[in-house]
Amino acid sequence: MGEELHDIRLSVNGLVREVRVPARRLLSDALRHDLGLTGTHVGCEHGVCGACTVLVDGRPVRSCLMFAVSAVDCSITTVEGLTEPDGSPEGRLSAVQQAFAECHGLQCGFCTPGFLTTITAGLRDNPAPTEDEAREMIAGNLCRCTGYVNIVKSVLRASQIAEERS
Amino acid sequence: MKPAPFAYLRPQGLQHALEALAADPGAKVLAGGQSLVPLLSMRLAAPSTLVDINALPGLDRVWADDDGVHVGALARHADVLASPDVRRVQPLVSQALSQVAHATIRNRGTTVGSIVHADAAAEMPMVITLLGGSVTVASTAGERTIPAEELYAGPLESTLRHDEVAVHATFPALAPGEGVGFAEVARRHGDYALVGVGAVVRIDGDDVVSARAGYLSVSDVPTVVDLTETWGDHDAAAHRALSALDPADDIHATAAYRAHLVRVLTARVLAAAYDDARTRASAGRDRDDG
Repeated sequence: MGEELHDIRLSVNGLVREVRVPARRLLSDALRHDLGLTGTHVGCEHGVCGACTVLVDGRPVRSCLMFAVSAVDCSITTVEGLTEPDGSPEGRLSAVQQAFAECHGLQCGFCTPGFLTTITAGLRDNPAPTEDEAREMIAGNLCRCTGYVNIVKSVLRASQIAEERS
Repeated sequence: MKPAPFAYLRPQGLQHALEALAADPGAKVLAGGQSLVPLLSMRLAAPSTLVDINALPGLDRVWADDDGVHVGALARHADVLASPDVRRVQPLVSQALSQVAHATIRNRGTTVGSIVHADAAAEMPMVITLLGGSVTVASTAGERTIPAEELYAGPLESTLRHDEVAVHATFPALAPGEGVGFAEVARRHGDYALVGVGAVVRIDGDDVVSARAGYLSVSDVPTVVDLTETWGDHDAAAHRALSALDPADDIHATAAYRAHLVRVLTARVLAAAYDDARTRASAGRDRDDG
């Protein structure tokens, strides 16, 4: 007998998507394999590295520590959902994304989706962080390239960009 | 790193959840999943059924009354940490919660789940034991309340039966004359602590009438030591604490280093709790005078 499959609806980046998954399908895998949203990266797969962080009802959550079947009542935002509408088909980079581009906040880019989602929520809660608060904001995410210096700069720059745009 | 297959239930009512647990001795409860899902992914656990309680109504409440602070089974660490009621009625809970993992984990992990997961390296099992709190559990046979001192049987082993689900935890309120302190040392902020210490000190005027400390990561179960008689003598307090503890070597620290941390943190946290008690007593007098 095959493994039981569950027909579920996931609300991702404002769209309701229907998928058929086994109960053990991690949310990270459902996003990548079932929905094709490969912006969410999978690093350690046990909640340590933060690369798979998505927003669940607006809060950063590890998508490798949730089952897709458990996310049915939630609204999920992945890195693909961070761009802002500006009239063009692809939209424009969000303040956090723009700041990473300006400040060289990434090198290989593997950890970046987790940082972008985490900082997006962090700046919503604290729009003008100090440098210490910026470090605290990203303390749960690992980056093996940058040494974090330019990521901290990016947090502070994103705060400025958001202020300029508002 | 994928979990083994399991049957999955997402009951909409508590009774349905309890019946599902009673029907399958191999079933486990899924709440926040921040400890359980890694155990499943690493195949250290392979329950036959997961009973997902996230859709159960009313379990996400955090409230305070004359008994203290009550935390429902679906209250996330982040919600408990943000609660002004919790900070006012039992500040040790808030102090310790700020050290539980990282903010992202606190957004999903539940305080009650952490308590019944029974990890002696975690903050909240120690805090509820030090405060003399309790956990209320439900099964198809009804509800019962387990005092924290009877909650822990061994490493990662609570005294809940397989058919029981923890519905809320109670932390007694800070009593008049009491102050609290908490500190831990970890390799990196947000990592598991090498050693963590919490303390509750009660004063009467200038006299210390009670001093108790709780320890995490230095024994198999959360351990509380009465240090009232050793008040004012750091060496005696550390000696008494270490006689009740069992610091061990692992890749993060030697047993000798953990013992050193016990000595340093015990003195630091008792002093912080004493200062806190003095500050609160003085604020209370000002209020009475005003």
